Amino acid sequence: MNSNVVEASGLSKRYGSTWALRECTLAIPAGHVAALVGPNGAGKTTLLNLTVGLATPSAGAVTVLGGHPAGSQAALDGVAFVAQDAPLYKNLSAADLIHLTRNLSQRFDRQYAETRLGELGIPLRRKAGRLSGGQQAQLALTLALARRPRLLILDEPLANLDPVARHDFMAIALTATVDDGVSVLLSSHVLAELERVADYLIMMSQGRVQVAGEVEALLAGHRMLTGPAAEVDKYAERPVVHARRAEAQAHLLVRAGSGDPVPPGWEAHSVGLEELALAYLRQPGAAALPGPARTPSEVVK
Amino acid sequence: MTALTGPARPAEHASPRPVPWRRMAWVTWRQHRLALAGAAVLLGGLAIYLWRIGLSVHHAYAAAVGCHPASSAACGILVGNFIGYISPAQYIAGLLQLVPALVGAFVGAPVLAREMETGTFRYAWTLGFGRWRWALAKLVLLAVAVTAAAGAFSLLFAWYCQPFFDQTLSGSGSALIPLSSLVFDLHGVAFAAWTLAAFAIGALAGMLIRRVVPALAATLAVYAGLAFATGAYLRQHYITPLMTKNANLPGTDWIISQRWYKGGQPVNGTALAQALQNGAPQLAGGGKGGIPESPLVNQWLFQHGYVMWTRYQPASRFWPFQWIEGGWLLALSVLLIAATVWLVRRRAA
Repeated sequence: MNSNVVEASGLSKRYGSTWALRECTLAIPAGHVAALVGPNGAGKTTLLNLTVGLATPSAGAVTVLGGHPAGSQAALDGVAFVAQDAPLYKNLSAADLIHLTRNLSQRFDRQYAETRLGELGIPLRRKAGRLSGGQQAQLALTLALARRPRLLILDEPLANLDPVARHDFMAIALTATVDDGVSVLLSSHVLAELERVADYLIMMSQGRVQVAGEVEALLAGHRMLTGPAAEVDKYAERPVVHARRAEAQAHLLVRAGSGDPVPPGWEAHSVGLEELALAYLRQPGAAALPGPARTPSEVVK
Repeated sequence: MTALTGPARPAEHASPRPVPWRRMAWVTWRQHRLALAGAAVLLGGLAIYLWRIGLSVHHAYAAAVGCHPASSAACGILVGNFIGYISPAQYIAGLLQLVPALVGAFVGAPVLAREMETGTFRYAWTLGFGRWRWALAKLVLLAVAVTAAAGAFSLLFAWYCQPFFDQTLSGSGSALIPLSSLVFDLHGVAFAAWTLAAFAIGALAGMLIRRVVPALAATLAVYAGLAFATGAYLRQHYITPLMTKNANLPGTDWIISQRWYKGGQPVNGTALAQALQNGAPQLAGGGKGGIPESPLVNQWLFQHGYVMWTRYQPASRFWPFQWIEGGWLLALSVLLIAATVWLVRRRAA
């Protein structure tokens, strides 16, 4: 049985003459909290819109939940989506939104939704437009989870939330994955928050997938080397993702395991998710397996 | 790739059943009840007004028709009393021409424009119901609601208007003509059909423009253009107009144009006025570029070999015309709604 919650092959999307997404090939296994990271305009929202069927690909294909085409009936039933800024009907009360979502969904756990909102202190009678930004995000997440999805997709869910609301939001999302086996795919700018929850990382830049893989494997496959700045150019045994010089010292993020030899005069450290992500964000041309194959000219850039 | 049927989740790999259509009833009502209430208040308020004034009209009409002897001064007062209601009726008819446009703009245009403007389509379209079914269900339910309300309203208008079609009482051309542009699209099936068309125009404009206020304005403009073009140019050609030399047509016939001929050649107004000035200056009245409308003038012209050809639509064509107009408007509305649903289905976010 195919257990990938998202599979994209050669997925591309063009708006007018600009490519928002180019030949994206991905396979996200079930049971993960997958983080989609990249600078503005990297194609994160485009990828998510294609995955939930809001947009149609210009080329390639994307399937969810083990082979169902995005936007098909099975995909709609099994995937819950919270779009950027959690757009809800502002003139409807929380209770009305529960009723509306229940009417338009195959499954809906009303008990869960009402209990959850009660715990969060969100009054059922209050119109969504009169809730705070954090409460609106929580309401949207609650409605999505009450649909009992197998895949939850969140587009920038943390963007407009204060630190406490961020923490609460991620706690609920994480509980859902652990308790109910929901797979989560979320895009975000907030690297520090992701470090705690994400165990699968997809990095995008300029419409392409740069890095995709389990966080543990990615961290194990990268080392930070520190050594004399003068010797940076000699170091060519391993692909260098990003080089940073500070006076006499140079810091190189390289693709290497803990068993790989360290050149004399250099020190090796393990890296954290945020450090890794930042290095790739600063080096849009770099790619790590199993990202798409690139032509040499693009790597040089 | 095809999913293999696994024992773990047999139900989810069976061909999935769509969410039942009936679920959209509550959703549509809850989201559009304000717009529907607005339409109900508009039509309801006008209906109460028409009902009250209609009772007075029917009362005055009954009094005038039942008066004997008809030539008495007392009866003349009663008839004059009734005729006094005709001019307000013309204003009311003019006002009611706006109703379909308002329904289209305020009920039809926001249906999709508001979803696009606020981004809520991203929510509605990713729920299990499916986006094109969602759009179709919503549009059909709302279309049926506004069309039924308009149909009921036009029955009331037909009742209100009925006495004004009596040519024997009103006389001297002041009675209303059922086929005339002023009232044709307010009774029969036309009013409901125009309301439906306005709604469909609004829905498509909302989907194309994606913003409420511009979509609303566009709906009003397109509707006004279509209604004017139909009344002024299109309707008279539904069935080829009849031609007659008979100057004494029944008053209920719809006269499209009249032209004077002499010896088989058309005669223009200037030439007629010249002939009248030369032959019977006491009738000419000094009008330039034309002749005064009077039976005496016509009589003089007939006596001097002039023939008046009248293009007209007989009153008996009222219902064929209603069905033709209702038919093409229904077809247009179905087409517009289908186009809207198609746009929802294929639109990329």
